[in-house]
Amino acid sequence: MKAQAFSYVRPATIAQALDAFAGADGAATYIAGGQSLVPAMALRLQAPELLIDIAHLAELRGIALDEDGGLRLGALTRHAEAHDDPLIAAHAPLLALAAPFVAHPAIRNRGTLGGSVALADPASEFPAMMLALGATIEVAGPEGTRRIAAEDFFQDLYQTTMEPGELLVAFHIPAARPGDRCVFDELARRRGDYALVGCGVKLAMPAGTVDEARIAFLAVGPIPTRARNAEDALAGTRLDAEGIRAAQAALGADLDPQDDDQVPGAMRLHLARVLLGRLLGRLASAP
Amino acid sequence: MTAPVAITLTVNGERLTRLAEPRETLADFLRRDLGLTGTHLGCEMGVCGACLVMLDGTPVHSCLSFAVQADGSAVETIEGLTESAAVTDLQQAFHERNALQCGFCTPGMLVTAQGLLARKASPSREEIRDALSGNYCRCTGYEAIVDAIETVARRRAASREELPA
Repeated sequence: MKAQAFSYVRPATIAQALDAFAGADGAATYIAGGQSLVPAMALRLQAPELLIDIAHLAELRGIALDEDGGLRLGALTRHAEAHDDPLIAAHAPLLALAAPFVAHPAIRNRGTLGGSVALADPASEFPAMMLALGATIEVAGPEGTRRIAAEDFFQDLYQTTMEPGELLVAFHIPAARPGDRCVFDELARRRGDYALVGCGVKLAMPAGTVDEARIAFLAVGPIPTRARNAEDALAGTRLDAEGIRAAQAALGADLDPQDDDQVPGAMRLHLARVLLGRLLGRLASAP
Repeated sequence: MTAPVAITLTVNGERLTRLAEPRETLADFLRRDLGLTGTHLGCEMGVCGACLVMLDGTPVHSCLSFAVQADGSAVETIEGLTESAAVTDLQQAFHERNALQCGFCTPGMLVTAQGLLARKASPSREEIRDALSGNYCRCTGYEAIVDAIETVARRRAASREELPA
């Protein structure tokens, strides 16, 4: 199918983009990479009257370290860049590890991190990895810019704390520390399919014991989910078999996947435990 | 405002200005307005990979982009890649290895292969398969396509070694 007719503008600044949205009486949508929006329009799931093309806004670009040593990722950073960029590899390796699981190569050449996170598809990789990385999300609106912790950003299925008309500008990610260990994987029926369950783990292990664990799952509920009980179970352990088993057991208090037409909820929880066990085992046996 | 707007882009090396309706995809623009029907449309939702073109040097789905978004960009279609001889060796290898039957997916396969080999000169078979994961072929079973791309990777590597320093 083809998209319904719409008008198109290409603003030169964030301010112009916000103005264009304000003038459209709620019937406008921003487009960046468009890799989710364009098919949704082709299927007539969405039919905006105005498309505001933000793909050329310099203010939304760039991958750089900021003054406090953290990483600033412009919202327009493409999935392929997340995979290849050396600064991302150094400070946000979970994004690079997750990138190959996002759709297919040609989609990754065009899709943006900002678009993926703003869409907040619970089966998407990058929203969950922003949780695991402890990212802060910078958003611009008519009242100025504000920063939202990833923890507070995801509200419900495709729902975030962004107000209509607000624009995702950048991600701020804390600098990596020596001894950080990261791993990502997912379980899917076929390569490139949406995951039955996916998980990213970031451990701070400067001296052989787990100082801090951050574990985030995708495709286990309406929003990407941190497994805080499993994190607590791991903290202080040496990532031995006992600690890993305790983390797997604790997942039952973190995740409550519902039955759906793919798999029963209990099976998804089982798969989450299997996946977490594999990931932690991989980290434990890594040199 | 939904009326056609003027866009200027470079297609296969030729700079041109045309009117495009905002709702027109880049794929439809290439096929209908420019007559470049080598870009094929299968699913129109970014799944099958038949519509891949090079946009500013990287493979993208022309069905997942509106033509107006490509204003100011450079597009290369299978016609341009053929005329510039950029993919002649790939086409030859596909032919030799029988890596196409109906041929509908082939333009997209060639764009993916060209994009892969530009990024990675000597990909493993696993990497080739991964690169092809967004290109559907319902005829060949992929084995011959992987063979053809692997062959070209080897040939290109060999010809680079033969070049005088």
